[in-house]
Amino acid sequence: MSRLPGFLLRRALKSVVVILAIVVCNFLLIHAAPGDPAMVMAGQSGSADPQYMEQLRRQFGLDRPLIEQLWIYLKGVLHLDLGFSHRQQVGVAQLILDRLPATLLLTGMAFAIAISGGVTLGALAARRVGTWADSVITVIALAFYATPLFWVGLMLVLLFSVHLEWLPSFGMTDPGLNQEGFALWLDVAKHLVLPAVTLGLFYLAVYARLTRATMLEVADQDFVKTARAKGVPEGRVLRAHVLRNALLPVITFAGIQAGQLVGGSILVETVFAWPGIGRLAFEALLARDYQVLMGVFFITSVMVVLFNLLTDLLYALIDPRVEMA
Amino acid sequence: MDLSRRHLLAGLGSAPVLLSASAAMAQGIQPKRGGVLNVILNPEPPVLQIGINNQTPTLIQGTKITQGLLKFSPTLEPMPELAKSWTVSPDGLVYEFKLQENVKWHDGRPFTADDVIFSVMSFNKEVAPRLRGVIAGIAEATAPDPHTARFVLKQAFQPFLLCFDATALPMVAKHVYDGTDFRANPANARPIGTGPFKFVEWQRGNFVRMERFDGYWKPGQPYLDGILWRVIPDGQSRRLAIQSGQVQMTTATDIEPFDIPALRQAPNLDVVTKGWEYFSPLFWFEVNHRIKPFDDKRVRQAMSMALDRNFIVNRLWFGLGKAATGPISSTTRFHDPSVKLAPFDMNKAKALLDEAGVRANAQGVRGSFKYVIPPYGEIWNRMGEYFRQAMRQIGFEVTLESTDAGTWASRVANWDYEATSNVLYQFGDPTLGVERSYVTSNIQKILFTNTAGYSNPKVDELFAKARTSGNEAERKAAFSEVQKLLVEDMPLLWVVEVNYPTVTDKRLRNAVQLGTGNHASFDDVFLA
Repeated sequence: MSRLPGFLLRRALKSVVVILAIVVCNFLLIHAAPGDPAMVMAGQSGSADPQYMEQLRRQFGLDRPLIEQLWIYLKGVLHLDLGFSHRQQVGVAQLILDRLPATLLLTGMAFAIAISGGVTLGALAARRVGTWADSVITVIALAFYATPLFWVGLMLVLLFSVHLEWLPSFGMTDPGLNQEGFALWLDVAKHLVLPAVTLGLFYLAVYARLTRATMLEVADQDFVKTARAKGVPEGRVLRAHVLRNALLPVITFAGIQAGQLVGGSILVETVFAWPGIGRLAFEALLARDYQVLMGVFFITSVMVVLFNLLTDLLYALIDPRVEMA
Repeated sequence: MDLSRRHLLAGLGSAPVLLSASAAMAQGIQPKRGGVLNVILNPEPPVLQIGINNQTPTLIQGTKITQGLLKFSPTLEPMPELAKSWTVSPDGLVYEFKLQENVKWHDGRPFTADDVIFSVMSFNKEVAPRLRGVIAGIAEATAPDPHTARFVLKQAFQPFLLCFDATALPMVAKHVYDGTDFRANPANARPIGTGPFKFVEWQRGNFVRMERFDGYWKPGQPYLDGILWRVIPDGQSRRLAIQSGQVQMTTATDIEPFDIPALRQAPNLDVVTKGWEYFSPLFWFEVNHRIKPFDDKRVRQAMSMALDRNFIVNRLWFGLGKAATGPISSTTRFHDPSVKLAPFDMNKAKALLDEAGVRANAQGVRGSFKYVIPPYGEIWNRMGEYFRQAMRQIGFEVTLESTDAGTWASRVANWDYEATSNVLYQFGDPTLGVERSYVTSNIQKILFTNTAGYSNPKVDELFAKARTSGNEAERKAAFSEVQKLLVEDMPLLWVVEVNYPTVTDKRLRNAVQLGTGNHASFDDVFLA
């Protein structure tokens, strides 16, 4: 572990360069899209004149040369200032921070459902490979993997909100109730069920399939046969020998997914009117709210880089043969 | 000033009184106090102050907080709001508004004529592009006393009163906005108005909360305790929300037309299509006149004849509107019912194209062009698909192009399109909402101008005459003439006078009474 500080330093330096490159690419890509925020606003307002367009563009700083706008933005990012949404009249950091808890709650819960459920089901299927239990799990996983998220979401709403009236179909709280403390917590939990399950089911399917496949692959290997031959109980063989070795690809995938948790899920957030970052970014894209979009991209890219680093560290922990380089 | 010599317009206010004061009483229903109304807010506006932003959802929620001097009946008669009466001099130059007394801003300060003058001459002059010309025509704006606002015009301008609706000239607090950068004022996100509901909280992406303003100037009103505006971005989720009773009202484009037949059947819901008379949204197909053969009016006439407007209204809009008969909607002033479009007739359309020299090749194709679909919902896609089918029948191959809002706006504004569609509001008077799409002087690289590039000096002259004339009969004659000319020239292919649906819970009363529909203060709305 003595190589850890050097490893971290090198990776951190690389990460900064990568993130800056991402910021510049994002900036250029976003500005290459046709139209600008002033035009979108005019389009939404149903009327405009040259003076109005000019005022808006000046206010948004769009009257300056692109390279100068990029320089201003980069300077801001280096000072950890994500800029200001002139369209919404709020600082970008504020907008993102307001949305972050909702997103992390949703994606975190979905992540937990997906990993715990997926690995368990995958392991079960692998253990009973070829039996009816395996078939049922495989078919269900395939179905959830192949079904569009929004459709699953709408069907769940139809069943649980419209017909059974058990769960609310949209939003994060019921603002009409003015609740506090435990009641509020319970209300959020009720609102969370459908979106988290919808989002979780898709990834659950991925993890189940991944776990099953890699466990079957590992189960055939010599060291497993050796373990069985020397009389290790079957349950322990599966847990300590098969599952542990099969987890590496799962962790790789989980690492990638964890990096994206902050980005939220545009589809699920839209269907369930969940006030998260995915929608913030999507709406910013449509409105050409450049600063907000770049802010979300910036935070997401930092997270992806961070979680990649974490994943690498985790590999070494689970499998000592993997070295840090 | 001698009052008796003035044309006392305030009397006109009497007709709508029966509408406003208590339509509910007339039905024998006692207004019930209490309850919170849940309404869908879609799309979520960037700021909440009318004027700073004029998207439909901004206007619908904003009219509960911010009021105008007047409001308008379905027949576009002015009715008292913050102005209790008004007079217009016989020469049409002097407008004097007597303001309601005891009106307070939500922060407790009194509303006075100074606020009116500031709102019109400073705030709206800067932020309202549509009314810049109107405000520039004001020679003098004064407040002779705290409850009188007086405007003297440079020349007569008949649609002047129509501009005093809350959605056009909203009244904002001078003490909040004066001396600030209007567009950057923090009040834009937490508006302060005189309306029956005051702003409480906005959780972006989630909801806007309004509560009853206890200091509201109409005693005993509003009846509702508050309004919760719920942000629901997905169309099907919105439909499920109203169907399941989680919200009690949807407005404007919240619900796609194809969902309306099912909602009409729902036992707990009412579907209302009234309340768009002031705006009179007109849907049209637009072709770029700079591109051949669209410069030939016979081609445009032929394209118009290939459109079965009744089919469009019944099968695509599911009855949410009526077939357009020309450039001025039937609910807008000076609509001439004697003006008619050439009827749906494919054979005549083809013959007309032959006559124009746009002939079919061996495969029966006369030409091909691209159609940019505006990205505002499913109905726009369906209209595009219909257009492609209709044009194919007369020999045009149309390719549909999908866009997002920014791309569509930039392409139309830069005249970088061959065909597209659009919906424009008419604001009650052709001078306010129709002229802009046809006059040569408004051919600009900006949205909602004369982007098609149509130009006819005679039309320009008639619109100019109607704009500056103070004589109703003269204006009527000019507009009738314009409608005949435009229907002949077919600069745009008018299709549907759209009446967007307001879907309400059956317990909700008085939600649609005015010519502006949901764009009302809701001070008399209640949940029975």
